[in-house]
Amino acid sequence: MRKLVIASFVAAFALSACGDKEGVVVYKQGSYSGKTDGKPWENAAFAGDKAKWENSIRVRGQGQNEYKRVGD
Amino acid sequence: MARMKFLCDSERCIECNGCVTACKNENEVPWGVNRRRVVTLGDGMPGEKSVSVACMHCSDAPCMAVCPVDCFYHTDQGVVLHDKDMCIGCGYCFYACPFGAPQYPQSGAFGQRGKMDKCTFCAGGPEADHSEEEFKKYGRNRLAEGKLPLCAEMCSTKALLGGDGDVVADIFRDRALKRGKGGEMWGWGSAYGKPEQKPDAKKPEVKS
Repeated sequence: MRKLVIASFVAAFALSACGDKEGVVVYKQGSYSGKTDGKPWENAAFAGDKAKWENSIRVRGQGQNEYKRVGD
Repeated sequence: MARMKFLCDSERCIECNGCVTACKNENEVPWGVNRRRVVTLGDGMPGEKSVSVACMHCSDAPCMAVCPVDCFYHTDQGVVLHDKDMCIGCGYCFYACPFGAPQYPQSGAFGQRGKMDKCTFCAGGPEADHSEEEFKKYGRNRLAEGKLPLCAEMCSTKALLGGDGDVVADIFRDRALKRGKGGEMWGWGSAYGKPEQKPDAKKPEVKS
């Protein structure tokens, strides 16, 4: 029994460096440390009206769909 | 909130370089710097395919991860921009980018590099909107005018689509279904990843 306990301690110590560690590098995004940028609707054209800006972008986006422009 | 993305339909691109010219002119990009370019695979062979390539404004942008001075940022609309005042022109982002988007102006003799320049999705940069400084450093800010990038809006065959990811994906899906082929969205997997699985979504049970 004693030999078994000693053997298990020796085995635990000897195999302690055999663990399997994650080998894939995970890149962490840096935190931006430059100047702040304003919102695209915070200017004279939209006067802070986000909904108006979003509508303008949506209309422009749909303008790229020629099926809607000329019909099927 | 719109999540800005580019999508190039290789079935439609005719390699006219209209997008390249539009970008050059709108942003007054200097010689030697190409924010956008057209790449043709199998040039001159039957079935050749062309795609218009620029910064795809990746969801998990590798350029942001490798930048040693952390000069990149994501806008609320998902556009990847950078502060040129901080850029040291090291070139790490060029090696990290899967699309070869970062460009460097030749600022002196012996290959000396200037500050990195790339597509801004026509969204300017971290300067006052429509200011002279913004235009000189980053080009036109069309997004702040409620417009989309000129390359996409100018595309004569509408091969290059730009704008809210959901909108351009819907346009492309409708188009691919109508023609019955060419449903490959070039570069989308690399730039925007695969559709995310909701964390609370239950996985289907596997029968043994």
